[in-house]
Amino acid sequence: MSPRVIVLGVGNAERGDDGVGRAVAKLLNDVASDQVSVVELDGEATSLLMALDGAALAYIVDACVSGAAAGTVHRIDAHEAPLPQVSSDLSTHGFGLAAAIELGRALGQLPARTIVYAIEGTSFDTGTPLSPPVAAAAAAVAERIRSEIEADLA
Amino acid sequence: MASKTIKVDYLARVEGEGAFKVVVRDGTVRKAELRIFEPPRFFEAFLRGRSYMEASDITARICGICPVAYQMCAVHSMEKILGIKVDDALRELRRLLYCGEWIESHVLHVYMLHAPDFLGYDSAIHMAKDHGDLVRTALRLKKIGNDIMTMVGGREIHPINVKVGGFYKVPSKRDLQSMVENLKWARDAAIDMVRFVAKLDFPDNERDYEFVSLRHDKEYPLNEGRVVSSKGIDIPVEEYDQHFKETHVEHSTALQSHIVGRGPYFVGPLARYSLNFDKLTPTAQQVAREAGLGKTCSNPFRSIIVRSVETVYAVEEALRIIGSYEQPEKPFIAAEPRAGVGCAATEAPRGLIYHRYEIAADGSIVHARIVPPTAQNQPTIEKDLTSFVADWLDLPDVELQHRCEQAIRNYDPCISCSCHFLKLDIDRA
Repeated sequence: MSPRVIVLGVGNAERGDDGVGRAVAKLLNDVASDQVSVVELDGEATSLLMALDGAALAYIVDACVSGAAAGTVHRIDAHEAPLPQVSSDLSTHGFGLAAAIELGRALGQLPARTIVYAIEGTSFDTGTPLSPPVAAAAAAVAERIRSEIEADLA
Repeated sequence: MASKTIKVDYLARVEGEGAFKVVVRDGTVRKAELRIFEPPRFFEAFLRGRSYMEASDITARICGICPVAYQMCAVHSMEKILGIKVDDALRELRRLLYCGEWIESHVLHVYMLHAPDFLGYDSAIHMAKDHGDLVRTALRLKKIGNDIMTMVGGREIHPINVKVGGFYKVPSKRDLQSMVENLKWARDAAIDMVRFVAKLDFPDNERDYEFVSLRHDKEYPLNEGRVVSSKGIDIPVEEYDQHFKETHVEHSTALQSHIVGRGPYFVGPLARYSLNFDKLTPTAQQVAREAGLGKTCSNPFRSIIVRSVETVYAVEEALRIIGSYEQPEKPFIAAEPRAGVGCAATEAPRGLIYHRYEIAADGSIVHARIVPPTAQNQPTIEKDLTSFVADWLDLPDVELQHRCEQAIRNYDPCISCSCHFLKLDIDRA
């Protein structure tokens, strides 16, 4: 049986703040159980969508760039609205999280509750660590998700 | 004055980056230039001074869709220098890994990139709303390809288990058996996929290509064979450089290949199929016939059917390999480096790929050359566009752009991704 809740940390740990999703997943490794799975992915859409399969609740964490201050946290309920910046002509090699969510929506395959935490990044240089504001945001988001999951499972 | 310039700008942040520009003057296509900004040439430089053992992992990073093709060419070249031949179960495992890559790459391209062109959708997302079952099948099929990559290659993208002489670790018979049920489902799904794409509408565009692919006396070509062409080339891979030359053109950072004394040529599924139909499994041959294909196919738009036929083949080949697999005692054949030159060609999903390496006595790489399929096809894609656009000049611009993108996607180029993001500028002089 698939776990009820899935936490997906998306990104590339070798590219500075792009690794924030994975960093949050690592901070939440201790919540993994029969009911909760914690997965890190590079963001390729079809794998992402397959990972969501069967889950009732999903928390997806990724880096974003919208122009807000580094470390700003956006919490988006994917059932309320499409993710920002989803153009209508997405492709597959460059087909990432937003496309995976839209494809899941079109197929009726999105978990009943799908929450995306997008954390504003600032530095995406190869081989660099998370920038300080993004590292702080990662810790905060991990705690928010931890609380949400506790409430979900209560 | 019928004068227009169709120019499609590239977008960054994609795996391969490309753009195309077609210049029309007085109703005649004067120029068609495919611009590719491609990374292998940087990789050739990155490799210098690195250990011969690192080439497979470094070159795997060239592409997230066909890393196995790069890895296989790298290890085969090194093994020739070292004087070792990887055979039996280890060779079969490499073939299995390659099947995984063909499945995931072909399924991605057929369903998620090319089918929306034929069905009139902007993207797979739009197509999914009306053809949900099709996309669900595609996702499941692709995952089965990815599962093979993970099982044999260690992970589904940029596999890490390939090593000069074999693998770091080999799966058990039981590990491989765990994939059989899914693969049986995949065989049926892949056959359905051929039947589905056979019903699409195809423009009547037979072309006179010189097809180039590997050919092996016992099997459909994946990892080895002679280099053959539909116009008489039949050479060992060691003679590749005598027959195929790369030149630099100003409008592209990728080198363009041509056959010495003749010109552009075509690598990829249509070439493999047309030169090796007799080596397909009986099922693959049968579904190809049912789909209306002959033993050769020179309509590039029908490549979507050929790719689907090759998916049937790859699934059946994976089942055959798993069915007869016995775990080898050792995961690799050990050998010491020595100075020398070695080359190899294999069949990436999108066509023949050629590598050549020179290594020093200590195993460090002195020189590396990588000829990817898309660079080889680039002059042929330009010729196609020049020809097709001439017939399509009366179409509205949006439709013309769509057709051009579809024509480029016939080749499943490493720039597939950028083609979907393209914005078209039409400059009416």
